Amino acid sequence: MNGRALAGRLLPVWAVLVALLLGMVPVGLAGVNPAAAYEEILRGALADVYGFATTLVKTTPLLFAGLGIAVALRAGLVNIGAEGQIYMGGLAAAVVGLSVHGLPSVVHVPLALLAAGAAGGVWALVPALLKVGRGVSEVITTLLMNYVAIYLVSFLAGGPLMEPGAPYPYSRPLDAAAQLPVIIPATDAHAGILLALALAGFLHLIFGYTAVGFRVRMAGANPAAAAYAGVRVHATLVAAMVASGALAGLGGASEVMGLKHRLFDAFSPGYGYDAIIVAFLGAGQPLAVVATAFFFGALRSGADTMQRSLGVPVAIVFAIQGLTVLFLAASLALQGRLLRWARGWPQVAATLPAAVATGVTDPERR
Amino acid sequence: MGGVFSERSGVFNIGLEGMMLFGALAAVMGSHYLGGPWMGLLGAMLVGGAIGLLLAYVSVGLGANQIVSGVGINLLALGMTTFVARMVLRPAGVEQVPAFQIVAVPYLARVPLLGPVVFTQTPLVFITLLLAPALALFLFTTPWGLAVRATGELPRAADTAGIHVSLVRYFGVIASGVLAGMGGAFLSLGQLNLFSENMTAGRGFIALAAVIFGKWHPLGALGASFLFGAAEALQLFIQTYNLGIPYQLPTMLPYVLALVVLGGFVGRSVAPAAAGVHYGREDR
Repeated sequence: MNGRALAGRLLPVWAVLVALLLGMVPVGLAGVNPAAAYEEILRGALADVYGFATTLVKTTPLLFAGLGIAVALRAGLVNIGAEGQIYMGGLAAAVVGLSVHGLPSVVHVPLALLAAGAAGGVWALVPALLKVGRGVSEVITTLLMNYVAIYLVSFLAGGPLMEPGAPYPYSRPLDAAAQLPVIIPATDAHAGILLALALAGFLHLIFGYTAVGFRVRMAGANPAAAAYAGVRVHATLVAAMVASGALAGLGGASEVMGLKHRLFDAFSPGYGYDAIIVAFLGAGQPLAVVATAFFFGALRSGADTMQRSLGVPVAIVFAIQGLTVLFLAASLALQGRLLRWARGWPQVAATLPAAVATGVTDPERR
Repeated sequence: MGGVFSERSGVFNIGLEGMMLFGALAAVMGSHYLGGPWMGLLGAMLVGGAIGLLLAYVSVGLGANQIVSGVGINLLALGMTTFVARMVLRPAGVEQVPAFQIVAVPYLARVPLLGPVVFTQTPLVFITLLLAPALALFLFTTPWGLAVRATGELPRAADTAGIHVSLVRYFGVIASGVLAGMGGAFLSLGQLNLFSENMTAGRGFIALAAVIFGKWHPLGALGASFLFGAAEALQLFIQTYNLGIPYQLPTMLPYVLALVVLGGFVGRSVAPAAAGVHYGREDR
């Protein structure tokens, strides 16, 4: 690798640094020492056990949904519907946790997770079928499905499932056997993160070392060639999308079973949308998604500490994240060009699948 | 309508939400510091356009992923507007600002039944009602409109025909930013007279759905927006009068309908073919 190519690879790192530096400007204008603010974020996110636990809690749903979106990405599909799939997964887990009693935890927890995966999968199945059957862009359909799910949960949490006399729309607590155990004593950190990490490792193996993973990548990168090679393209795409939805659904289940222990109206503050960023910045690689999810989770958790101790609104972290995303997206696009320029070899230099770099499969390229 | 513009030129603008939010804040600040709601509207349009320029540079100029950059814009908007509202507006004691007054259109307002509802509104409502047909005329009868549509359907052909694809897309995204900024101004200065954190509350995404439902046509989007607005009003009505129907039902309905329409079960709705796809001349 020559110097130019190396510079190209390091671009994303620069992008994050520049975004963090730019984020200092408004903090400074607000009359707070930017260095102190970042120190607080770092300290709050990682330095003590509670902060670290909060980081894990915020990382978990992002990781589940990010992995889901990454799977779809591998197949060249953009799943914006993780938010809705999170809601459906949480709903299914809550229904199992509320209605079934007397089971031991080792049966109840997997049962609820299974239901959540199925619900998330079904929620992704509709866009998948519309995509392969009718050619409707999954970007649009998954977005629409989000609202149906959010309102459905809102209706159930405030209606049939609502705890009688509750001041806000939420359900009774789940059966104790359906709750995920806490992994760090006296904190909120729950076993959801372990499951998510295990799934990340599993997906890494699938995509790195198995024929299944390769078929998914082929179907996404070049459907015509994949079909020629004997891959059932449509079935593969549908399966990838359903798996994507199932993973996001598990994210919703882990929120309900591990953190909230009840079904709340509007229980996800947009994790499904943040997860899009997590998956894209991780370039669809499961282990990279672990890193990006953790980075975002830590920023969110540290921001709470910063607000408490310095009075800088948490919102500034959203702005920094937004900047990071813009810079990173731009730098990834630039990186592709730079690498091509460095090697003078346009095809090979694309380090990411084409669909990841430009977002949507180009109908003209087939 | 902002969405129609951008997608017609081939850029899927998921950043509408953030643009509206920026517009809502800019409108309040403009109205307070520059004197009056009209300056606020101007500010909202300028800021919306500037954010459009940013999104266009990242997604069209650099060719970054359109969806990711759009989500980035939304995060940036939520963060910056909340931050500015808390650190600038609140300490300065800026809360309620001069907003648009309701005006009655002479003569028309006296039409029985229809008059008091349709012709007694803030000026922004009339502007919106006039903009939709104007945009439709622009898109479907002028050469520039043709250029926009060609760029969205088949950029390579447009390029061959001598249309500057990137330039048209820049224009499309900036125009959608200006329009989304106006949408934000309507929220903060038309319906209310203040800015509240995350006051758009997903309306930018609903606008995207309205674009689809309106089949990528300005008048269609107007009609769809009306439908979504009616659903929201119906929801408030049901909540207020406690009718025993779950209020989420009417709110959910438009999305289900949009899905049905998209599936081609009731009248086909087809997206511009190249919406969401980056076009680079050197790509093959």
